[in-house]
Amino acid sequence: MKKIKIKSYNPTLKIKKPKAIVLSGYGLNCEEETKFAFEYAGGKADIIHINELIARPKILFDYDIMAFPGGFSFGDDTGSGKAYANKMRNHLSKELEEFLSRDTLVIGICNGFQILTSLGILPGALTYNKNAKYIDRWVDLKVIGRSPWLTGIKNISLPIAHGEGRYIIDNGKYKKMSAKGRSTSGGKNSNQVAFIYTKGDICKYQNLEKNPNGAMHDIGGVLGYNGRVLGMMPHPERAMFYHHSPLWPQTKASLVRGKQIKKEGVGLQIFKNAINYFKK
Amino acid sequence: MISRIYVIPKIKDSRERLFLKSWNSLDISGKVKFVKIVDSYLLDSSLSSDQILKSAEILTNPIIEKFSINKILNEVAKFNYIIEIGFLPGVTDNVGNTARETILDLFHLRKDSNLKIYTSKIFIISGSIKLKDVQKIALSLYNPLIERAYITDVKEITKMRGLPQKAPEVILEKRTPVLFVSLNVSDEELKKIGREGVMDENGVRRGPLALDLESMKVIQEYFKKLGRNPKDIEIESLAQTWSEHCKHTIFANQIDDIKDGLYKTYIKGATNLIRKQKGYKDFCVSVFSDNSGGIIFDNDYLITHKVETHNSPSALDPFGGAITGIVGVNRDTIGFGLGAKPVANIYGFCFGNVENDKALYRDKEKKQKMFPPKRIMDGVIKGVNVGGNCSGIPTVSGFVKYDDRFRGKPLIFVGTVGIIPRNLPPSGEDKLGKLSHEKSAEAGDYIVVVGGRVGADGIHGATFSSVTMDSTSPATAVQIGDPITQKKLSDAIVKEARGMDLYNSITDNGAGGISCSIAEMAKECGGAVVDLEKVPLKYSGLQPWQIWISESQERMTLSVPKKKWTLWNRLMESHGVEATVVGEFTDSGRCVVKYENKTIMDIDLEFLHNGLPKRRLESESIVYTFLKPKTEKVSKSEIFEELLKNKNINGYSFISKQYDHEVQASSVLKPLSGRGQINTDAQVFRPLLSSEKGVVLSTGIYPSYGDISAYHMSACAIDTAIRNAISAGGTLSHLAILDNFCWCSSYNKNRLAQLVESVKACYDYAVGYGTPLISGKDSMFNDFKGYDEKGNPVAISIPPTLLISAIGVMKDIKKTISPEFKNIGDSIYLLGETHDELGASEYYKILAEKNKNNAIGNNVPKVDLEKNIETYLTLEEVIEKELVNSSLSLTSGGLAIALAKASIGGMLGCDISLDKIPGTSSSIDSLLFSESQGRILVSVSPKNINKFEKIIKDIHFKKIGNVSKDNKITIKYNNKKVIEKNIKRMFDIYHSFSNKME
Repeated sequence: MKKIKIKSYNPTLKIKKPKAIVLSGYGLNCEEETKFAFEYAGGKADIIHINELIARPKILFDYDIMAFPGGFSFGDDTGSGKAYANKMRNHLSKELEEFLSRDTLVIGICNGFQILTSLGILPGALTYNKNAKYIDRWVDLKVIGRSPWLTGIKNISLPIAHGEGRYIIDNGKYKKMSAKGRSTSGGKNSNQVAFIYTKGDICKYQNLEKNPNGAMHDIGGVLGYNGRVLGMMPHPERAMFYHHSPLWPQTKASLVRGKQIKKEGVGLQIFKNAINYFKK
Repeated sequence: MISRIYVIPKIKDSRERLFLKSWNSLDISGKVKFVKIVDSYLLDSSLSSDQILKSAEILTNPIIEKFSINKILNEVAKFNYIIEIGFLPGVTDNVGNTARETILDLFHLRKDSNLKIYTSKIFIISGSIKLKDVQKIALSLYNPLIERAYITDVKEITKMRGLPQKAPEVILEKRTPVLFVSLNVSDEELKKIGREGVMDENGVRRGPLALDLESMKVIQEYFKKLGRNPKDIEIESLAQTWSEHCKHTIFANQIDDIKDGLYKTYIKGATNLIRKQKGYKDFCVSVFSDNSGGIIFDNDYLITHKVETHNSPSALDPFGGAITGIVGVNRDTIGFGLGAKPVANIYGFCFGNVENDKALYRDKEKKQKMFPPKRIMDGVIKGVNVGGNCSGIPTVSGFVKYDDRFRGKPLIFVGTVGIIPRNLPPSGEDKLGKLSHEKSAEAGDYIVVVGGRVGADGIHGATFSSVTMDSTSPATAVQIGDPITQKKLSDAIVKEARGMDLYNSITDNGAGGISCSIAEMAKECGGAVVDLEKVPLKYSGLQPWQIWISESQERMTLSVPKKKWTLWNRLMESHGVEATVVGEFTDSGRCVVKYENKTIMDIDLEFLHNGLPKRRLESESIVYTFLKPKTEKVSKSEIFEELLKNKNINGYSFISKQYDHEVQASSVLKPLSGRGQINTDAQVFRPLLSSEKGVVLSTGIYPSYGDISAYHMSACAIDTAIRNAISAGGTLSHLAILDNFCWCSSYNKNRLAQLVESVKACYDYAVGYGTPLISGKDSMFNDFKGYDEKGNPVAISIPPTLLISAIGVMKDIKKTISPEFKNIGDSIYLLGETHDELGASEYYKILAEKNKNNAIGNNVPKVDLEKNIETYLTLEEVIEKELVNSSLSLTSGGLAIALAKASIGGMLGCDISLDKIPGTSSSIDSLLFSESQGRILVSVSPKNINKFEKIIKDIHFKKIGNVSKDNKITIKYNNKKVIEKNIKRMFDIYHSFSNKME
């Protein structure tokens, strides 16, 4: 075993801001706003090109959180997330395994989620939306599983923008992943479904169907590694300010005099949760 | 060895339903019952069978797909036919390139390893159909200019035991690389060279140079003086640089007694005057001199904007034309100053009526069929979808217009907004950091090309778009887009290299390819010498002149100091971007091109850039008059619904929803707004997440108004763009505009007269409003000449059209106002005056269409500058003070349609009276549907009414009603109900076209 001093393991350094690595390159394109969200939530984040990580894999030891942001890696050629996942697997398998074996957090958003399923880190697969078209809209989600990422969140409305977001899982696996009960680590709920699409404020406001893409069992996000890994089609970083919400103009006009609208959006909580996980 | 990997879906593939629906709506004899879409990867390589197996495994997601190697039969359910769609040899195969990279990576093979991959889509079909039906289906699936279709039936496949395993390699004939072109010929022959191109060894002309006799004679004279004939590359190069597309001769030359030409006198003239008048409040920084126009965003940043057209390429290849259009205009951002970051895309489409499927052909023999408007629309929408979405740039703004005169050539507008720090980080001796908008290549710098490779695609694009489309239009003008290649180079340049001071200048490769970009940059230092054989190619066998002028996409040209090359190259490599030194900038005063050490081009820069003969254009105006329709018997209630259903007014959420408008987390006022999801006329976004400032975007366009008056069409376009922006929260004092002229038959004197009028209006209203023109583009020959179904000649020209795009800076995004009604009980106000201005309105156009005549009236809306400025400044104030709950600019369809949109948006009714509306409007028709400019519909909460009315007391306004709780739009006049409509019904009508397109 290589002996490397891992900074974040050192209790005396705990007061340092938790650090996130946000991957980029080959058409990933949400890295800047994802970095902004982590920093707005109180952390520190670096954008690292996958080729840089391949050249210097040891920098991973420096990070607590790994984010696969949204985008169109390799233009979805050969299937969404596939080529980026292959590049990861060809060069960084061991490092990824090591990263996951520590008490770290990983998030994959949209294309990042597609990469995580292609890598086999999360169960299932994502394919063409049921109407076979790219769609940009907001969805309402009901949180099911337990995860450090989702602490304190029961319902949340976020935007989606994807062409391949229909979640596919075979029945046997679904039964296993959605089973309630004690997880091996002693958590109360080992359900691997992070959240499901539901009919909430946004769907009611714009009269939309709850499931935007035909995902099986209405699944919009999935958990792995005892909830430390979260893959999700919706974009929490696009809901980090209140004005992001389609409800904002109406809310603003319905305000009682003298009241202010809050600045933060609901999506920010997901990033705050991740940062707080390392501050406890 | 050749092997094929087939990747076959295991689960229900949602694309199948769409294909079945579309095929069964074709005119076929039976019914298609079943389709399966299989991805094929044809590998030409020396990989072992084990390696092929491993490759197949990584190309397959085992949960949803399975693979088969070399076998297609018995791998899917029973079928009758197979259609395979692949690319023609040499056409960029993006998926193939990605698959190649993945497989090389898997086996840790070198980049130049012997592995070629050709991908195709295989449609496995069954149903009660005949071979000729399958052929029809195939035609709906591919574009013969860039793709090939292979059709076969189950018998044949069984006999052959599968699909053919043949690689579609490019085989180019061996030809003399460089030809001399004799110019000691008759004028007739000179004309022919100019019109149809240089003759190849095989006797075939290479395609239009768009050089007239006068220009050809100047070239003849130049080479006579040099005592030699030009080489083909020299003629081709001059044609590119002198093309209307690049030199904008119609705007540059003297016209009538306007000595300095339209551009210098009126466009640049307006901006210069405005900047002087604004004094220290001038916000222009870099206008007209660069790839985009740049204005101040705040103390630290500039924002840039540029709007382009890609009309001709989109007519030939709707998908390819549109994607290369949007990705191309992104490069105008990356090529602004030392490289701005694209932060928003906009689009605007003008199509023929999509119901019109009458066939048009480019040739008399009816071999070259034009795409019908619906096919063009589908392809164009998809092209901007893929280009914008893949690049991670939000598509925030757009419009669609329909008129049958766009059937020959559609108008495809695409634009990009960028952001760039005003000062770059300090480096070396430069303690302050360079000004980011200044750049200059230096003699001795390397000429470096980065990005995609060069093929025979996009040859003669610049010259082809400068002439009428007909049977000589070259197939090679089609370009293929690859947004990811560009995204990689964009990230490498804008996010890293720019801050490291690694280059002195940068520009994009658009029209004319490197022949134009290098010649353009050579002006900065005084010369260039190029070694053409160093340019990386997609395949061998291209002739030097082709390499020089090819418009293959996703390339930027930079000047990199020699000592910085190593660092530059390493950086590009780390981003997976190919960079190549292709020559050196000099101060020799010449543009020299060598090929394998032989000089094949040597032209004075001065002649190359300024040798084009000047000519004087003349215009002759005629007045067009039209009859006025009879409206007495028209039911206002019925026509109101018809107008709402009209595609020029109807919603287009089916487009807005498939364009990612929220990436970069910058979205503030979205393309769709309110419960009822109406399309907004202006959009707001925040380009810097750390700043409260926003950017507001809007457009104004009225193609039909030009039938009556090009002057007023242009005035209205400007007024509308400005009004839309201010209605959303923009401010007149920090607003700039961009012009896009799309004209037809521009050497026709009457058309030129219309152009002069239009440009004069731009001057008058830009100066009047103090909104500088910061960038523009023209496309002057949107004409089609061809044949109809019966072989009769047909000529279709677009209506001369001016698009005005506005870009403004908002101090505080929180002040943004959306257009839809919000709360029951709010008062509704109409600001501005209403006149009898129904000429060429959507209302009169509908009546003309019904009556099958062209009685569109003559009272086209006119813009009252002084009154409107008062109105807009007042509107700014009430928005700034947060006194209004909604604000919607009145445009096509007038007040009635504005009320419908605000109501549908809020899914709230309104109770309206048309009595005593200010202005000279004298009839119910014009009160409802007049398109008078300068008007805004706002709603105000009861608690704010006093404050609101105090501020607006000096402008023309009328409180016309309230937001009601009965879910009905009720409009009364003289105490009589004129219109009463249920909101839900109006909602359904407003979205009817979109719902059909979903």
